[in-house]
Amino acid sequence: MDYFIQQFINGITLGGLYALIALGYTMVYGVIQLINFAHGEFFAAGGYVGVIVLSYLTGLGLLETHPVLCLTASFALTMAYCAFLAVGVEKVAYKPLRKQSRLAALLSALGMSIFLSNGLMLTQGVYDKAYPSELFQGMIQVGGITISYLQIMILCMTGVLLVCLNTLVFKTKIGMAMRATAQDKIMSSLVSISSNRIISLTFAIGAGLAAAAGIMVGLYYGSVRYDMGFLPGIKAFAAAVLGGIGNITGAMLGGLIIGMVEVFGAGYISGEYKDVFAFIILIAVLYFKPTGIMGENIDDTRV
Amino acid sequence: MIQEFKKIWKPYLIGLLWLLGLLWPLLGIHPDGTLSFARTFTVWLYIATGISICAVIYLLNKSDALGPVTAPIGNARKALGAFGKTVPTWVWLLALLVVALIYPQVTNRYAQDVAVNVLIYICLGLGLNIVVGLAGMLDLGYIAFYGVGAYSYALLNTHFGISFWATLPIAALLACIAGCIIGYPTLRMRGDYLAIVTLGFGEIVRIILNNWMSVTNGPNGILGVKAPSIFWPSFAEGFSFELLYLKKLHYLYYIALGLAIITIISVRNLNYSRIGRAWESIREDETAAELMGVNTFLLKLLAYAMGALFAGLAGAFFCARMRFVSPESFTFLESAMVLSMVVLGGMGSIPGIMLGAAALIVLPEVFREFETYRMLAFGLAMIVMMLFRPAGLIPAKRVGTRSEEKEG
Repeated sequence: MDYFIQQFINGITLGGLYALIALGYTMVYGVIQLINFAHGEFFAAGGYVGVIVLSYLTGLGLLETHPVLCLTASFALTMAYCAFLAVGVEKVAYKPLRKQSRLAALLSALGMSIFLSNGLMLTQGVYDKAYPSELFQGMIQVGGITISYLQIMILCMTGVLLVCLNTLVFKTKIGMAMRATAQDKIMSSLVSISSNRIISLTFAIGAGLAAAAGIMVGLYYGSVRYDMGFLPGIKAFAAAVLGGIGNITGAMLGGLIIGMVEVFGAGYISGEYKDVFAFIILIAVLYFKPTGIMGENIDDTRV
Repeated sequence: MIQEFKKIWKPYLIGLLWLLGLLWPLLGIHPDGTLSFARTFTVWLYIATGISICAVIYLLNKSDALGPVTAPIGNARKALGAFGKTVPTWVWLLALLVVALIYPQVTNRYAQDVAVNVLIYICLGLGLNIVVGLAGMLDLGYIAFYGVGAYSYALLNTHFGISFWATLPIAALLACIAGCIIGYPTLRMRGDYLAIVTLGFGEIVRIILNNWMSVTNGPNGILGVKAPSIFWPSFAEGFSFELLYLKKLHYLYYIALGLAIITIISVRNLNYSRIGRAWESIREDETAAELMGVNTFLLKLLAYAMGALFAGLAGAFFCARMRFVSPESFTFLESAMVLSMVVLGGMGSIPGIMLGAAALIVLPEVFREFETYRMLAFGLAMIVMMLFRPAGLIPAKRVGTRSEEKEG
């Protein structure tokens, strides 16, 4: 039983991270119906910028004296960086292709993904880059269950970001504009919503969330690599599709399910095949419900 | 020129500054707590100069200032095209065949190696073309069938000693079955759901190959696969046949050429048959096709099976040529590569895909000196290509837009 609860907590941690990445896919898909293959690279870039900022602060000696401040700063800077990166990518590679066929935009996204991951490799090197390890050393023991401070931090951070996003999308004017653009671009432009600006904003928000996930994954596993964006990227995409692509609540749910399945599959069945379980669940769900668990494009939950 | 320049200088400058802003954190922040600007600025200056030159050429071309240069080239192309029309198509095809046949006699090993690669990818590209170009189903896990073909030859050969020629149909059949297995559950899905499920299947196949140690020897791969062999008449001691292993690269080149020609002819015939037209009707509008009496279920499954068949053939040959096979060769990047050949060449267009395959294999070889920048340039080229010629190098003639896309 302890083992089960332990795995459950690990699953939620991982699932939350997948959910953060999946949101970017689903939001971008919601507004422009594009599978943004470069999204995994935003996540990897987030991991890298996070390690760069954190090690810079360690070098200055600030990390030991003000750890919370440093962590906040690195999260903020990294999310901002990835938001800017995503807006740039959108303007260069996707915006001119909006009128073309979807396959052209998809290939452009694929090219962007290859370009970005190789750009990261050229500037940062082929080898793993280690995160400063002195952060979040301790852990809590409850019975036979261990929860590290790091996991608590990740869970809290993920929760806060998800709540913020929900508030932004469902409670604010900007969110309303995003949902309007997702539903009908022409109508929303008639009520003076600039769809270009909303699309850029969507990319920025999605990439910001992915960047936060990137830092947390870096902290969780201790290092980052230039090609780390690929597998989490496609799993998060699977999560987005699982929940019904274009559906924000669905993406969160899908992320959690994929994370759980992966952790429980690795814990109870076989560690080597842990990547397979996520896809098998995806295929099984889509076979019986071809538009995902929550369904696609239901009324106004779509962004 | 000035007018054109006025239109774009603002976004252009913002873009360059944006790039500088994105580059600096990656290059200028050091873990020892120092900041530097010099290196970032140099790198940025190189990139900015390159982009500026391209932009100036683009602007000059757009405002017809390059007329004296481009006009003769355009005229020459027109004249060449007119000349090409006067000669019947079969002459061109014959000429191409002759060139392909004498190619290994006049080139070195390295060039033959590249040519064999191109031929393998032509088979793959044309196979994927059936699924993506004709039937309009986006398949991101296509390389799995290539893997099935390669592993079936490797396993049948190393365990049971079955020869290449006997394995070829078996590999094709197994790939076909794999295609049906993967195709069946995905038939109800459309568009992006299909894309992720096929991607998932591709990854599943690769992970299984990677982890099923007792059969596939995991990431180490299978060594000691025999090369294709033929019975060759020998007159040494009277008349007899001896078993000759075709290890020389130019023999393998001819086998690859044969496979590619078979693929090209079959795909062409499929394309212009009832089945091909049915596939195209499914691509244009599935509901309407079903209404007109097209059995969409069977034909979509057939598209998968046919696409997989050619991948299986190519895979068996690939394994026979390398005489080694490992899961490394069947990653998602390979699927993406084949897909980009199809799209860059022009979906549904056979000469286009051949050109696309040749371009994507040969160009990186030409730029081999810039090894580290190769994939960077590949990604960039894909984006640029899509921006300026999204329909592909040689667009197919019978392509409309899918009705689903129009609605969205």
